[in-house]
Amino acid sequence: MSSLADNAASQRSTEGTRLVVIDAARAASWFDWRELWNYRELIWILAARDITVRYRQAVVGVAWVVLQPVAEMVVFSGLFSLLGKRPAGEAVPYTISLLCGLLLWQLFAAIVSSSTSCLVDNRPLLTKVYFPRMVLPLAVCLRPLVDFGVGLVVLAGLMAWFHVAPSLALLMMPLVVLATVITALALGLWLSALNAHYRDFGYIVPFLLRIGFFVSPVIYETASLNIPTQWHLLYSLNPMSSLLESFRWSLIGTAGPEVIEVVASLVATFLVLVTGAWYFRRVERFLADRI
Amino acid sequence: MNDVALRVENLAKVFQMGHHLAYHRFTEFIENMAKNVARLPSRLMSSKPAKAKPDANLFWALDDVSFEVQRGEVFGVIGRNGAGKSTLLKLLSRITTPTRGRIEIRGRVGSLLEVGTGFHHELTGRENVFLNGAFLGMTRREIKQKFDAIVAFAEVERFLDTPVKHYSSGMYIRLAFSIAAHLEPEILIVDEVLGVGDAAFQKKSMDVMRDVARRGCTCLIVSHNLPTITNLCTRALLLRSGRLAANGPVDEVVEQYLATGLSLGGEIVWNDPATAPGYDIVRLHAVRVRHTDSLSSTADIGISQEIEIEISYWNLLDQECLSAGFTLRDHVATSVFTTSSMRPVSLTPDAWGGMPHPVGLFRSVCRIPAHTLNEGRYAITPFVGHGLTEPFARAEDVLSFNIHDTGEMRGEYFGHWPGVVRPWLPWSTEQMS
Repeated sequence: MSSLADNAASQRSTEGTRLVVIDAARAASWFDWRELWNYRELIWILAARDITVRYRQAVVGVAWVVLQPVAEMVVFSGLFSLLGKRPAGEAVPYTISLLCGLLLWQLFAAIVSSSTSCLVDNRPLLTKVYFPRMVLPLAVCLRPLVDFGVGLVVLAGLMAWFHVAPSLALLMMPLVVLATVITALALGLWLSALNAHYRDFGYIVPFLLRIGFFVSPVIYETASLNIPTQWHLLYSLNPMSSLLESFRWSLIGTAGPEVIEVVASLVATFLVLVTGAWYFRRVERFLADRI
Repeated sequence: MNDVALRVENLAKVFQMGHHLAYHRFTEFIENMAKNVARLPSRLMSSKPAKAKPDANLFWALDDVSFEVQRGEVFGVIGRNGAGKSTLLKLLSRITTPTRGRIEIRGRVGSLLEVGTGFHHELTGRENVFLNGAFLGMTRREIKQKFDAIVAFAEVERFLDTPVKHYSSGMYIRLAFSIAAHLEPEILIVDEVLGVGDAAFQKKSMDVMRDVARRGCTCLIVSHNLPTITNLCTRALLLRSGRLAANGPVDEVVEQYLATGLSLGGEIVWNDPATAPGYDIVRLHAVRVRHTDSLSSTADIGISQEIEIEISYWNLLDQECLSAGFTLRDHVATSVFTTSSMRPVSLTPDAWGGMPHPVGLFRSVCRIPAHTLNEGRYAITPFVGHGLTEPFARAEDVLSFNIHDTGEMRGEYFGHWPGVVRPWLPWSTEQMS
């Protein structure tokens, strides 16, 4: 199935040429895996460009990527040691727990903020040529992932320095990262479409991310908070809270989230993803006329 | 015949005009929502359904267009500016979606809409070749096979690793054309690009177009340039105000286009403010052309006569700031100039130009000095609105007039005088040594 908002279905006809039908009367499918797969080359080209721009000068690129989490790590660990408080368990140095949180949050925030502007940024392409518009938010995920990989190397170095060895739970780490990317992408679908429709929406996103940074266990661990039981479910509806806890659990063996929390956050992510895809397709329909 | 590459049925596309064109703000959305919520109790109390307002701001760029293109056919689309050609192409190349109707496309569509289709300005020439291949859904290997031919044709070998934003417009269009022609789409949509580039490249492009057609690729060509259409196409369709006016062998369609093209009486009048061009705010009443030696309208003007263009319009909304203006085009649809009564566009201060208008009928007159235009036919596109960019009422090429050469400048030369304009200019030459 291939599609552009209203509806377009494609199939192989007998001669092997592709038939595309665009019909204003028929509704669009929500998600079109096969067409996205056909356009994987495009995703790769756009992402590769993004990556080469950042890492063209390898040293500067890496330094830039490392600087932000490390600077934040220094500031926050300094701050909490001056306060004499420790917002994390005793098992591992706070610095490591902190860097875990910062790296995963950076991955999430980078995907959210760059997908928010991806449609508006690519206006010249959108008004000149057809491709499944969902390619754009997908393409912006890859550069933050590479940045994240660089950050992981720093984290590994720090863990070696402090003699913190991961357990077998490390094998779950890629799954946690994947879930984080999907969560960020789900929000990105909503935000990119909203930003294309309402041009002032982009201003709100940095603010929301700032709030998210503090309500998610980035610079603290959930276990060190005294959350009243009636607020527990609300807290775990934030997908990032259980993702951050799972990430720490897989790397440094801190207490992971409870199963009910994971389920709640997965349900929340799923809902955001499905509604995000639906809204994106709706906006996609008049994107070229309005943007 | 069942080898149809492209089938279009009852296609329609509507646009919202005026204020809605501006992009939306989320804050406005919240505001409107709050208003609606506030109104909700009263709406629930009254059992009457909310009246659907007929939206006068709707503009049907295309309406009820149906046609078929056979595989391997080279098909032309002609029509004046604003007839809906570009909208049709945008729908066919899936950039935008139809409001009504159905399109069936058999095969991979490559399109060359305006200059530089699908180019990413930050990417290099090389990367853009791959990017455009990817837009067509091709794999890296398929593109690699064509790469050398594309580069050789476009003559951009030396600049392959330069971002295309640094390209000259010539290099840009050569590369765009080369990509579109070589990546072997099964249906190629070309819009007005064959007129770009130098003569040598134009010839090359024409050859390629013929080649592409011979290879069995279906082509859809949109052009103002009638020789291009008659040269390449076998069949064509004519669009007029978004509707299909003719569809058939290219010669017949071109003939119809020329015959019905323009009114030649020197004036056009709309008597009914309900149906005249425009909408809620402003509607056109009349456009007239005359020379200063005559009081009545005329479409035949001597080259040494001063021309008066009169535009009259109804203002329907009190205190609307309006100015009148027009764009003049020559016989090949090149814009000669655009002018307006707005300050400071008007040379002399116009009492009403850009000022708040009470409701009523207004008349604006513009004078074009003698010895400005070359001989030939010119078409007027009048508009009334906010300055040049936001016309509330506009009528594309509604009135045309002829400028006749009366010989003052010619002396003994009787051939074609090149140029869109032919100003009579003072010269002085002196001996230097």
